[in-house]
Amino acid sequence: MNEALLVVDNVTKRYRLPREHLLAAAPEVQALGGVSFTLHAGRSLGVVGESGSGKSTLARLVMALEPPTSGRVVLDGLDLHALPREEMRLARTRLQMVFQDPFGSLDPRRTVLQTVAEPLAVLHGASRAEQRERAVEALDAVGLRSADLAKYPHEFSGGQRQRIAIARALITRPKLIVADEPVSALDVSVQAQVLNLMQDLQDKFGVTYLFISHDLAVVDLVCDEVIVLWQGRIVEQGPPERLFRSPEHPYTQRLLAAVPGMPQNAIPSPPRSP
Amino acid sequence: MRRVTSPLLEVDALRVTLQTARGPADALRGISFSMQRGDTVGLIGESGCGKSITALALMGLLPDGAKVAGSIRFAGQELTGLDEAALCKLRGNRIGMVFQEPMTALNPLHPVGRQIAEPLRLHKGLSGTAARAEALRLLERVQLPQAAQRLDAYPHQLSGGQRQRVVIAIALACGPDLLVADEPTTALDVTIQREVLDLIAELVAEDGMGLLLISHDLGVMAQTVQRLLVMYGGTVVESGPTAAVFEHLAHPYSRGLLAARPRLGLPRGTRLATIPGRVPELADMPRGCPFAERCALVIDACRMADPPPVSVGAGHEARCIRVGA
Repeated sequence: MNEALLVVDNVTKRYRLPREHLLAAAPEVQALGGVSFTLHAGRSLGVVGESGSGKSTLARLVMALEPPTSGRVVLDGLDLHALPREEMRLARTRLQMVFQDPFGSLDPRRTVLQTVAEPLAVLHGASRAEQRERAVEALDAVGLRSADLAKYPHEFSGGQRQRIAIARALITRPKLIVADEPVSALDVSVQAQVLNLMQDLQDKFGVTYLFISHDLAVVDLVCDEVIVLWQGRIVEQGPPERLFRSPEHPYTQRLLAAVPGMPQNAIPSPPRSP
Repeated sequence: MRRVTSPLLEVDALRVTLQTARGPADALRGISFSMQRGDTVGLIGESGCGKSITALALMGLLPDGAKVAGSIRFAGQELTGLDEAALCKLRGNRIGMVFQEPMTALNPLHPVGRQIAEPLRLHKGLSGTAARAEALRLLERVQLPQAAQRLDAYPHQLSGGQRQRVVIAIALACGPDLLVADEPTTALDVTIQREVLDLIAELVAEDGMGLLLISHDLGVMAQTVQRLLVMYGGTVVESGPTAAVFEHLAHPYSRGLLAARPRLGLPRGTRLATIPGRVPELADMPRGCPFAERCALVIDACRMADPPPVSVGAGHEARCIRVGA
């Protein structure tokens, strides 16, 4: 058994809302309540749930973008939110994130080289030559060419932009990639390419994914373990084979029942080659 | 006067040319289909296939500089070349529209009741009170809880699903003959998506109007429409009764689309079948079959001329000369 890479231990996050009355205490909303799970190195954990279920709050806490109200996030034995600033900065090399919208997440005024190499420049102060070399490596891993380094995001399609975003995440050789709806904005045929790529990268580099998605079929395909979030709490947890075949919690059952059904016989044979 | 014999909507050899940064480019390359009142038709395809342009062309909402050739007849009336005033009389009145993002479709500064009443006052000449009463009835019809209190709510006070119900109420206000819904549930959570689709299907059946549903989601289509048109590169590459199309996908693109979709129950780590390459840009669209560059079955003849529709079953056609290959 691999050692635990990420341990989320009884994490709660409350946000303060604007005061309703001058003298009353500000009301609070609980975005996450008592969430605990363990993710082993080289594995993928899926997080499913609907808008407002706390999926993105969880991502922000794991990425150390925000501190939890209580509880701990332990990455590789380091209690992330208790680290001094400088150590936190170093710990961040082990964490990268891929966002949903490759049109919004890439800076349109920076070249692919600048975008992909930026995490290295910031975290290590690597030399120009080294940045370039590693950027070529990362682009190669996601199936893009070194000639693409000088181009700008608008010259690429949605799927290629998501590859650039993944290359940027890979460049620090992170242990954990948090992917927040990484294929939701992509067309079906492009989505398949990116999902295959993410699985290849895992096989090749042993990356660990925290994979957030509303699409149960995608999570079923990519993840070894799934947690179902509902109103900030884990209502069900388990391997996808069990969770999606025989869900126990009524909310999981409702989620599954809502997946648009396909006619059973509509499983196509792959197109034959000429 | 509507003749019973003329179809509700008849699109014939519709060609739309857009002005792009790289010169004029065909976004639609001669598509034809027709539907009767009560028919539900789905347009499916990926970004840039022309499905939304088709909807915009129907409603006369194409971007500036777009050129339209061919014909769109709505209940016997030719829509291409119609002036803006005449189109305004149709839109929101006899043709209702539901768009993808309910937050941008609604005006954030007006209460929803007033927005539902607007088409009623404009097209039906209803008084303020009568329109408000009708708006309440419509909100109840789209099953918005506490409809009476919600009349004076602003869009930001409603959830995504509730907003989409309001948009549907506006589309249905004047009792349209045709409802055009462009990705109506894409921005919604999956459980809400189901409710909204069921609602649309129910209302369409009750009123016997025509439904033109646009979506990229095969599952949504399988559940909602009787007839399916698969679009690629500005053409309809396959069309037929939904059940028949799913039973026997004839066009290589339709097959690729279904195979690329992850399904519940695939073993972990299964590699998805992909369609190699990417959708060509409008300006780079090849002369022959638009799918030729990505197709595993391509032969030289595919690149010569646009393939004609080939019948592959009752009312089921595919534009592919390699059907059965």
